[in-house]
Amino acid sequence: MDFVNFAYIIASVLFIFGIKMLGSASTARRGNQISALGMLIALVVTLFDRNVLGYGWIAVGLAIGAGIGFFLAKKVEMTGMPELVALFNGLGGLASVFVGWAEFDRIKKLGWEEYLDGGPAGPTFILIAIFFAVLIGGITFTGSIVAYLKLSGKMGGSPTQFAGQKLVNAGLLAVALILGIVFVVTSQSLLGGVFVAAILVCLLLGVMGVLPIGGGDMPVVIALLNSLSGLAASAAGFVILNNVLIVAGCLVGASGVILTFIMCKAMNRTLGNVLFGGFGAAAGGSQQAVEGEMKAVSAQDAFYVLEAAQSVVFIPGYGMAVAQAQHAVKELAAILEDNGADVKFAIHPVAGRMPGHMNVLLAEADVPYEQLAEMDDVNPILGSTDVAFIIGANDVVNPAACDDETSPIYGMPIINAHEAKTVYCLKRGQGAGFSGLVNTLFFRPNTRMIYGDAKETITSLVAEFKD
Amino acid sequence: MEIILLIFTFVLAAFLGFELIQKVPSQLHTPLMSGSNAISGITVVGAIISTGAAQSVFGTVIGVLALIAATVNVVGGYLVTDRMLAMFKKKSS
Repeated sequence: MDFVNFAYIIASVLFIFGIKMLGSASTARRGNQISALGMLIALVVTLFDRNVLGYGWIAVGLAIGAGIGFFLAKKVEMTGMPELVALFNGLGGLASVFVGWAEFDRIKKLGWEEYLDGGPAGPTFILIAIFFAVLIGGITFTGSIVAYLKLSGKMGGSPTQFAGQKLVNAGLLAVALILGIVFVVTSQSLLGGVFVAAILVCLLLGVMGVLPIGGGDMPVVIALLNSLSGLAASAAGFVILNNVLIVAGCLVGASGVILTFIMCKAMNRTLGNVLFGGFGAAAGGSQQAVEGEMKAVSAQDAFYVLEAAQSVVFIPGYGMAVAQAQHAVKELAAILEDNGADVKFAIHPVAGRMPGHMNVLLAEADVPYEQLAEMDDVNPILGSTDVAFIIGANDVVNPAACDDETSPIYGMPIINAHEAKTVYCLKRGQGAGFSGLVNTLFFRPNTRMIYGDAKETITSLVAEFKD
Repeated sequence: MEIILLIFTFVLAAFLGFELIQKVPSQLHTPLMSGSNAISGITVVGAIISTGAAQSVFGTVIGVLALIAATVNVVGGYLVTDRMLAMFKKKSS
């Protein structure tokens, strides 16, 4: 037993080093491997836990899970990363629900005395921990599944709202808490019906919580669900009084919270506004009058300007991921650079559907590191840039955020693409962005729209250069 | 006494988590998330105990389901993070 706990300490240390090393590009891969080693150690020594009676079913579960995990990780496209991370988050939450449930079943079969076995925790503490594991895990599971469906396009990305939604959700949470209290105070009777009802309410709560949140707010939601999946693991750790679950789960919980707030800050919104604001659904009605008109041009027209440009800033957004255009973009960027232009990629912190989404795609396409620039670095030079080339980004370049106090996104930091001499916007159609807002950038005199599939547009530009 | 030590551990781990992540560059946010997501699959430890100690058929079924979910989370999470970071790496060299 002591050797098991000692191994858990080693595993925890490896997790801490792993997370630390994930924070720097040069050490990140090693860090991930170190953290995986910690997981392997924790997993192997757990097989020696004194409560473990048989290994057959454990082997079955591990083999099936490892097979599915391996398959999913190998086959996913980089553009599909946000939904995969959402799915994995959800499974982590589900695991905590099942662990809580399995422990409840064990208590029922063994009786309290044998289950506690003279341990430090009493029935009340154990049941509170089980309830939290099920509450947080359940919300994480179904919330992540809804996020997964929205991100993978299997379900519309727009917010789903109805009258009294907040009231319903608050009511559901209240019901969950009441069931939890009943479940805990009747600890001697072990009311299975109340427990199952609590699980169902928690699962419903996750669905209802994420439904009203739009696709563009998903970076915040995924970060938050990531945090919750860690806290659920921690709660499960309190159920079985296991240090390594508590530490590892809490580390993930805390790091997820930080990411959540970084994302909120990048949108100049509070977490409450993201979760409950129903951003986008309400914005449709209050559209400000926009002066000017949208001017569409062909890829060929853009070619002449690009050929003469001394400096080009690419601004990718979710549209680049949808069109799988990252490789074509990289090719165009390389040609422009050979042509003597100074090329940069400006990446907004919330561009795409998860934190750092654009960086992953550009890394996949092998865009040189020196060409990537964060928002604050690129904004000062945009005024002297010849061409801002926007690929499927919308709200993150909407100048209404700077100059229209009535706009819902007023105050959100944006990439100042409108300051460039010429702006090209690649867009599928004339529709608004996820927020339903009119992008005043599209109506500016220096802006030209190029409609169509981003990948085809860029490929034809590349072809023009090669001719 | 041991309960309070567990809570103590939890609180310290929270502060440690906050400190560790403070200064991560935004380009690494995705691998950081999927990597820490894999760590949250530590529930696999709980699932092993629940499965191995199950007292009924129902308990075993629930335990194995927990084990499958957590193992997908762990194996998939680490592998996909590694795949992403491999792409970052070749770029910085």
